[in-house]
Amino acid sequence: MGTVDLDRCDPDFAKELARQPEAEKIKGCFTCRTCVAGCPMSAVDDAFNPARIIRMALYGMKKEILESPFIWLCSSCYTCQERCPQGVRITDFMTLLKNMAVREGHEPSGIKAQMDLTKGQGRIYPLDDFDNKKRKKAGLPVLPTSCTMIQELFPD
Amino acid sequence: MKYALFLGCTIPARARNYELSARRVAEKTGIELVDVENFICCGFPTKAGDMDASLLMAAYNLALARKQNLDLCSLCSSCTSALSEAAHHLQENEKDLEEVNQRLSAVGLTYEDPPKIRHFGRVLFEEVGAERIKEHFVKDLSGLNIAVHYGCHYLKPSEIHGGFDDPENPNSLEAMVALTGATVVDYAGKKTCCGGPVLPVDEKLAMKVTKGKLDNLKEAGVDALCLVCPFCSVMYDGNQKSIESEYETEYKIPVLYLTQVLGMAMGFDRKELGLNMNVVKTKDLLKPYF
Repeated sequence: MGTVDLDRCDPDFAKELARQPEAEKIKGCFTCRTCVAGCPMSAVDDAFNPARIIRMALYGMKKEILESPFIWLCSSCYTCQERCPQGVRITDFMTLLKNMAVREGHEPSGIKAQMDLTKGQGRIYPLDDFDNKKRKKAGLPVLPTSCTMIQELFPD
Repeated sequence: MKYALFLGCTIPARARNYELSARRVAEKTGIELVDVENFICCGFPTKAGDMDASLLMAAYNLALARKQNLDLCSLCSSCTSALSEAAHHLQENEKDLEEVNQRLSAVGLTYEDPPKIRHFGRVLFEEVGAERIKEHFVKDLSGLNIAVHYGCHYLKPSEIHGGFDDPENPNSLEAMVALTGATVVDYAGKKTCCGGPVLPVDEKLAMKVTKGKLDNLKEAGVDALCLVCPFCSVMYDGNQKSIESEYETEYKIPVLYLTQVLGMAMGFDRKELGLNMNVVKTKDLLKPYF
């Protein structure tokens, strides 16, 4: 990543974040990098660095964060959140950023596919008659293959 | 001990071996599991993109269990934590609770006093307890070297798991496996994530995380890995072969559910525990025990 151009940053982003419970403590981050040290994703790809993402957020680098592929690399394992000495809700913060990115129209296709399934059919792996045949054979109870109330819960 | 059995999405479709073995162990140890029709996804896979939708899904399931006056038991770690997180959130956010109840009214449900939410492993460890689990053992699993994988959401975030075990120094799984006479093998990176949640975003990278643990297990020379989450199993058992071919290596490490390990000690046969459905073959390793 190149030099940070503060003139291109959005000063309101940090304020916007401060109003969200998931982000209210990010100002307390003193970049000790305990989060990075314990992160299973940072260990395999240094593009994901929770401490850097927090710093970028505090600088107001909204566009760079929300359009980035790296926020999606958080596995939500909660190791960082458990260990943060400043009580930053890091995992929840990453989830918030992902939600904001989706609202701005930046969602990975795999995430969209998951949401379409859960909100549309109530299950990430919808069941069919073949599944129930296998369940029956194994001595397991048959499960519904469709879910009518999901349309009532998510009408749009 | 009576619970609504929350299966979630992965188990009915991809982990019938887990469901089968859990039902056997439950029956043996006196945990009554009630099947509730019309449960939907717990909300976990939706949370990254839409927290509100995820909250509504969890609240719907909790309200449904509550309506039948049942506490809720899940076999999946991510379902357990997604449902518990939602309950925790709704307890502290009145506005969201109002919104959720307004949406739930469309299906005739109300979320108020949520049911108790427990992972099956926790019910075994806390409510059945070591002594009573052991009472049902008829077989000694000595000679098996088993490593355990806690995964993430069985214990984290700790604030929603009500003080169950210690995420930094856990021991509930080791303690239960050790009851069987098997040797519990420690290994580097025991607490690391399986990589599963990143699978829909970056499959290669997710598998790289999975590979890290398989390497450590091979290094430690374990006979099998024991775990309590269907998605962790998808990563270590279901995807083990693809990782082997991608990285031109070999692991052949059987991956067993805790309920399969305990069920073996309880004398159930291979089919009763769904061991024939595990992807990495278990037959040779477990032959001396059947």
